[in-house]
Amino acid sequence: MIADLLIQGVQMALVLLLAPLLTGFTRKAKARLLMRRGPPLLQPYRDLWRLLRKEAVLADNASWLFRVIPYLVFAATWVAAALIPTFATGLTFSWTADLIAIVALLGSARFFLALAAMDIGTSFGGIGASREMMIATLAEPAMLLTVFTLALVAGSTQLSTVAAFMSSGTVGLRVSLGMAMVALIMVAIAENARIPVDNPATHLELTMVHEAMVLEYSGRHLAMIELAAMLKLLLYMSLIACVFTPWSLAPTGSGVRAYLAGGVLYVGKLAVGGFLLVLFETSIAKMRVFRVPDFLGAALMLSLLGALLLFVSRSL
Amino acid sequence: MSTLDDLLRGGRPASHHAPWPRVTVDRAAWDAAIEQLAGGHLTLLGLWPDAATVHMALLDEPAQAVGVISLACDGGRYPSVARLHPPALRLERALRDLSGLIPDGLPDTRPWLDHGQWGPNPEPPDYAFLPCEGEGLHQVAVGPVHAGIIEPGHFRFTVNGETVVRLEQRLGYTHKGTEALMAGADLATGARLAGRVSGDSTVAYALAFARAVEAALGVIAPPRAVFLRALMAEWERLANHLGDIGAVCNDASFVLMQAHCAILRERMLRVAADAFGHRLMRDRIVPGGVTADLDAAAGQAMRELVADIRRRFPALVELYENTASLQDRTVTAGMLGPELARQYGAGGYVGRASGRPFDSRRALAYPPYDRLAFDVPVFPEGDVNARVWVRIREVEQSLALVEEIVDRLPRGTLRADLPQPGEPREGMALVEGFRGDVLVWLRLGADGRIARCSLRDPSWFQWPLLEAAIKGNIVADFPLCNKSFNCSYSGHDL
Repeated sequence: MIADLLIQGVQMALVLLLAPLLTGFTRKAKARLLMRRGPPLLQPYRDLWRLLRKEAVLADNASWLFRVIPYLVFAATWVAAALIPTFATGLTFSWTADLIAIVALLGSARFFLALAAMDIGTSFGGIGASREMMIATLAEPAMLLTVFTLALVAGSTQLSTVAAFMSSGTVGLRVSLGMAMVALIMVAIAENARIPVDNPATHLELTMVHEAMVLEYSGRHLAMIELAAMLKLLLYMSLIACVFTPWSLAPTGSGVRAYLAGGVLYVGKLAVGGFLLVLFETSIAKMRVFRVPDFLGAALMLSLLGALLLFVSRSL
Repeated sequence: MSTLDDLLRGGRPASHHAPWPRVTVDRAAWDAAIEQLAGGHLTLLGLWPDAATVHMALLDEPAQAVGVISLACDGGRYPSVARLHPPALRLERALRDLSGLIPDGLPDTRPWLDHGQWGPNPEPPDYAFLPCEGEGLHQVAVGPVHAGIIEPGHFRFTVNGETVVRLEQRLGYTHKGTEALMAGADLATGARLAGRVSGDSTVAYALAFARAVEAALGVIAPPRAVFLRALMAEWERLANHLGDIGAVCNDASFVLMQAHCAILRERMLRVAADAFGHRLMRDRIVPGGVTADLDAAAGQAMRELVADIRRRFPALVELYENTASLQDRTVTAGMLGPELARQYGAGGYVGRASGRPFDSRRALAYPPYDRLAFDVPVFPEGDVNARVWVRIREVEQSLALVEEIVDRLPRGTLRADLPQPGEPREGMALVEGFRGDVLVWLRLGADGRIARCSLRDPSWFQWPLLEAAIKGNIVADFPLCNKSFNCSYSGHDL
């Protein structure tokens, strides 16, 4: 029991500590791909530290919601990230919340962020919130359908069970799982405001989605939101790694060496995932805002097809 | 007999105005000119005040002729050109702000460059944006301070969801009072001021100013200077076009293209710094000639860089062409019809991407372009993609021009002496910058100082077209369209 709690504690600290590093790594890798030197790997930590010490500037008409929401968003995202087996299965919290809870946590974080964006009443906040919601209306069902596909295959929406089942060797290659994976990756790209859906590095106010929503934030509030965004990227990457490459996860009650190996391999997976992400990003332009529904519609159809195939035949 | 000839024959010619004629006309002829403009028979090149007179530069495109007509303002008023010919609207609003002359019948009397910051009253007056009413419409205000490091300008969008119903620009934030500073300045100061109107076009402005002075004084620059000027002008065009091609792609979040283009542009600037002593070649062109020579080593460095760009550029063009996601953004975005481009006399890539083949290097060829072979690429589509393609083709043309100029560079002196005018003399010049045709008109006093100088940036006729091009597009596509126009704030605000 104490060991389980310890593992859970390590997991929570690990995701929090690794999230800025992953963002730093993607920025660095992207810069190298573009023949630039790029910021140091640890720059996101410094940025967060800088923001935390800075004065938070609030608009005159900001309500209490505007001040509270950064912490809410951060907390919800952190909890969601803590629920995903990264280096070990059998997390204590994992038994209390499943994939659907993760989707719900992320959904409520998004809801509150959109609310905060509209709280001040600037036009950019409104534009960002409306675009974010347009994306969410398609991304969330696609995500849920992917969850259902996984649940149908593994017989549970509980991530540790799914991971254990996927690594058991009885799964084999399945069309529906392939479709679910592609759908999940597409959702992850949209949810993390990456190219081609959004550009995390843009300075063009009119094209922003996520950035437009948080344009009015500063200081510690901005730090919370930035950290939440970094956590979200880590979360999606861990989720994809946990479900589709679960082989290195240490099962409950393994030795220290298994846990260490799991941790090292987890970092390796993140690095590979981050590199593939920036490779994809540098090879593609951002799509027109109204093309995003087509993109996410494809994700939705893929996940739907994946789930339907399972009803047709349990072995597909 | 061309339309312009008829107009010019009816007026009283100015004594010393070169290279094109200027005549003082009466109201009837002024009105006739406005009708010819409105009818599309003439193109407006510029409109500027000069004490109690207004001058209007006109282009007769079929005849490839230029002329200036002047009207004395009775009681500080004159018949507005914009009343019938909208391209003059902003010029007249600015003219009203800067000179106090009143254009009678001006459809829009709001100040333009004057933001209420100059007079005794420090409070800027409220600026009434044009009303735009309808169900579900709301406004998005952007600028003048932007999230990126760019020049200031305010954009007021009226949108329905994501669709732009109307864009209204407000400019004038970078007004520097250049024309007021010019009045009374000596020629050296004037050349420096001209080179600082718009930083990215400093060569084009300095060249236009120098040519206008030389026209007024009847001086001809030495052949080596003429070729060196063209070399700098083409180098500037190349560097800016390469930067723009990358920047347009960057605004579609295709950073790879920008990374490559920015490297090429930077290498060009470094070679320019080595060759002429300044990255942007500022203050290298002066009335009478040039101040920097090109030695053999620098010429070789230029040749090598051009050869290297020739090797690398086709791969970039291919990358642009074969990236479907990028094509999806640029093709059909920000359409500008050929009628508007012609009506506004849009120069540069804006005009040439909308089927207007005007290039002052060709239509009003000035040396050494009359002796150089080059094509003027024209595309009819009028979208962002076409504006990128005009730049791509112009890069290829300019690379060839640079090679030819370096090869044929004549020997000789760099500067001609400038005589004292002895009497007031006037000159003008139209020079093709990377953005389009820069117009400079000036009058020198008997003492050789500048009495009046007017500098007209190509952006005057391109900014309004951006408003038209964005209509019906989505808000998120504005940065892309804006970058494909890449109008100058500084050159426009003066």
